[in-house]
Amino acid sequence: MIECTHISKTYVNSGEQTHVLKDVSFKIAEGEFVAIMGPSGSGKSTLMNILGALDVPSKGRYILDGRDISTLSDDELADVRKNKIGFVFQSFNLLRRATVLRNVALPLLYSEVPETERAARAAEALHAAGMDESRFQHLSNQISGGQMQRVAIARALVNNPAIILADEPTGNLDSKTGEIVLSTFQRLNEAGRTIILITHEQYIAEHADRIIQIKDGVIVRDEKNRQKRHITTRHEA
Amino acid sequence: MKPKDLMLETYSALTVNKARSSLTILGIVIGIASVIGLVSIGQGAQDSIQSSIESIGSNLLIVQPGAQRGFGFQVSTGRGSAETLSEDDADVIAAQVSNITNVSPEISRRYQVVYSGQNTNTSVIGATEAYPSVHNVQIGDGSFFDQSALSSYSKVAVLGPTTRDDLFGEGADPVGQKIKINNIIFTVIGVAQAKGGSGLSNADDTIYIPITTAERYLSGDKYLSSISVQAADQNVMTIVQADITAVLLDRHHIADEANADFSVINQSDIIAAASSVTGTFTILLAAIAGISLLVGGIGIMNMMLTSVTERTREIGLRKAIGAKASDISAQFLAESVMLTVAGGLIGVALGWIIALLAAHFFSLQTAVTLYSVVLAFGVAALIGIVFGYYPARRAAKLNPIEALRYE
Repeated sequence: MIECTHISKTYVNSGEQTHVLKDVSFKIAEGEFVAIMGPSGSGKSTLMNILGALDVPSKGRYILDGRDISTLSDDELADVRKNKIGFVFQSFNLLRRATVLRNVALPLLYSEVPETERAARAAEALHAAGMDESRFQHLSNQISGGQMQRVAIARALVNNPAIILADEPTGNLDSKTGEIVLSTFQRLNEAGRTIILITHEQYIAEHADRIIQIKDGVIVRDEKNRQKRHITTRHEA
Repeated sequence: MKPKDLMLETYSALTVNKARSSLTILGIVIGIASVIGLVSIGQGAQDSIQSSIESIGSNLLIVQPGAQRGFGFQVSTGRGSAETLSEDDADVIAAQVSNITNVSPEISRRYQVVYSGQNTNTSVIGATEAYPSVHNVQIGDGSFFDQSALSSYSKVAVLGPTTRDDLFGEGADPVGQKIKINNIIFTVIGVAQAKGGSGLSNADDTIYIPITTAERYLSGDKYLSSISVQAADQNVMTIVQADITAVLLDRHHIADEANADFSVINQSDIIAAASSVTGTFTILLAAIAGISLLVGGIGIMNMMLTSVTERTREIGLRKAIGAKASDISAQFLAESVMLTVAGGLIGVALGWIIALLAAHFFSLQTAVTLYSVVLAFGVAALIGIVFGYYPARRAAKLNPIEALRYE
């Protein structure tokens, strides 16, 4: 599913080279729940940008779903993001003054899904993200933070992507709503979704099956998480 | 993205900040409305001048004495250059020039005219029986004088409707009443119908008397103010103009046309001259209106640039979920075009109202033409594209990673 081989990323800033990623290699199989963990400045955001096809590596190959995407143009990368990747951001990034349903259906506009199917697919994604039907017509600024993040998860799901990339998804939430969001990811993973969670917190990372720890641009640890925290109870945020 | 979705996205983006969108649209509304309104006023002025020139008569050539300038100093008639045309000239033109339907010699002077206690100063035209058909004069009450009145030096007068109103009161029937022109008593035998020509020269404020009477009792000489010649049709006017010139040069024994003691004015030349004046006037108005449209366009650009900055994160998100640079620029272009087209629609309506109000309050014939509507609308859409292009490009070129991190 995901295969990164000898990936490096170098930024040149006023003549000075910064090596953000140095020869990083790993594989992620379909259906895995992986946490990429590291302190700020470790290169995990750069790695996420590359995994999310927002950026391309300076060196090395990134193969997603059997296709080398390390050499694609901007427009081709946009197509990869549209079809293969669902993003969940720390700050939700919902459209203001738009309904929950419209926010979730937004990616469908770009993938030109027929208008008649959109509402049904958005509703399906919202159900999968654990969103209550009574709130579908609420405006995005009228719901709580935990609900906003679940709307964002639904938006990531709606195009049925190969991987879900979550960048500090609990960063703006209190610990209780954070747990609910994490349990949502666990449930989606149990249903077969590939999920990559980017975080700087050990505690958050422990909700995944596998933890890749990155420091100063290199992988320092990549192993199965033996103390997986399972959240079984379903809370309502 | 499908066009319909693009429209809906655009609409909802613009309605998020209604006050700002409305004010930006207002800039375009004012620009477009002033283009439509002012151009229609300009064209109205053009039309009304043209129609008042045409109301003088159709296919007319007017021979005037001594208007020729330049080398004219060599010409000396001994009696002043304004007195070079006679009735004989008119007769010769009638006899020798072909392709003409009527020749109307005229003497026009201003005199004080008195009826009872009322008096007015108006132009008194000494004319022949050919005058009404040459100059499109329709008689309302009574009748125009005929050949016998001319040969008997009758002191009869036909009043223009404005003169009738001034002397007798509006709508009165003055036929059979006596008036004094320059202290000589004339009998009113008819009243002309209004021609409606207003402004430059009012053809309704006039009195027609037999030309023979005018020569004998009023002017005291036989020199004409002008000879109006009506050509058979529009196509022969230039030929007739040349023939008249040739005949008169021969009669006046002038070898060089540059020294002619008369000039032949072609009616279409007058129309062309007047049109070029009013055309310049219209262009001036359009230029002023165009400036306000330009300011409106800059308003659009300003709003779009602000919008791009404010919505940087939204742009980042859209790119993250698969929007291409072309999708983003299409969206921002659509927003600015929708603003200008909305402004254009309202502006056309408002401009139309301005034109109607101008017609109503300033008795100007305004003409909103399809041409000006299409032009204003096209310009509005073009402004949307031109002034929306730079902001849209800026939005499209944003780096998604930086845009998503933008605070």
